[in-house]
Amino acid sequence: MMRALQTLVMALACLAFTGVLATSIWTISGNPTPVNLTQLLTENMGRSGVEHPVTAVLLNFRSYDTLLEIGVLVIAGIAGISMAKTASLEDPAMRTSDSLLYALQRWFVPLMLVLAGYLLWAGADRPGGAFQAGAVLAATGVLMRLGGSPMEFLRPGLMLRLGLALGFTVFLLVAVASAIGGDAFLAYPPGMTKALIVVIETVLTLSIAMVLLALFVSAPVNDAEDPEEGAPS
Amino acid sequence: MTTPLLYALAGALLCGIGLFGLLWLRHLLRKLLAFNIMGSGVFLVMVGLPQHQSGPDPVPQALVLTGIVVAIAATALAVVLIRRYYHLSGMSSLEDEPSPRGDDPE
Repeated sequence: MMRALQTLVMALACLAFTGVLATSIWTISGNPTPVNLTQLLTENMGRSGVEHPVTAVLLNFRSYDTLLEIGVLVIAGIAGISMAKTASLEDPAMRTSDSLLYALQRWFVPLMLVLAGYLLWAGADRPGGAFQAGAVLAATGVLMRLGGSPMEFLRPGLMLRLGLALGFTVFLLVAVASAIGGDAFLAYPPGMTKALIVVIETVLTLSIAMVLLALFVSAPVNDAEDPEEGAPS
Repeated sequence: MTTPLLYALAGALLCGIGLFGLLWLRHLLRKLLAFNIMGSGVFLVMVGLPQHQSGPDPVPQALVLTGIVVAIAATALAVVLIRRYYHLSGMSSLEDEPSPRGDDPE
């Protein structure tokens, strides 16, 4: 009885929420926008250093968002790794001897690596970029891990720390360097825009893939009594 | 009533469904999934509404792209936390007693 009443109240509240949201969307859709962002963007595309508008927004006009985003990712990755009780790097339960999976992996992993590289490069003038490439790279890592490939660099240590921090560090360095140089924070020096964006996108791809992969690897929590893998027993 | 506006309204609906699931469901993983549905609704609104007004707008699209990656990372972190919680307490919900299997909605 209590539960039914609760459900009813919740359903009504959610219906009201949806109604208010839909009404406000309907009202907003009727009004003209005060600023024409699309036009503003088209006018400034020449200064952005890339040809694709979404990439231009992400890496140039609103690079603040991207900087904060990679910061959030790094924090999430660190928190996830610190939650893992043991560094369950090569969980015997996850190791497989499925020959079909091995065969599939041999076909897929190189293909996916090439695809990630292509996506990264394509971001300049068509849909693509660091996030998509990072996601594909992370998926490759997940596939390799499910197949039981040893991935030494995911063990807590220098490589993992470097991989996690690389994207954020390089991005922040570029931002601070331009600020020290007398320009605005995160303003790329003219002439170097394209090169800087490519460098930042590349390290971002690596870091995003590393964070996602680290979170995936740290998800299985083994029994606390198990000795840490790789630890001298 | 254009197609992008329909997307935005569907986003509002998804937000409502997600909120209901977040409040009503007890299992933590289901709560997480409901929360993700809510997030997808927000993304739909953010992409659909500007597109209705002035065609595809790269600015909200870039923001949503950023949001998707953050959402994935946050979801993964939440799964890690839930697993740790389950490992420590043996419970899959936030209530005091473990919810009986038959009580699960659906």
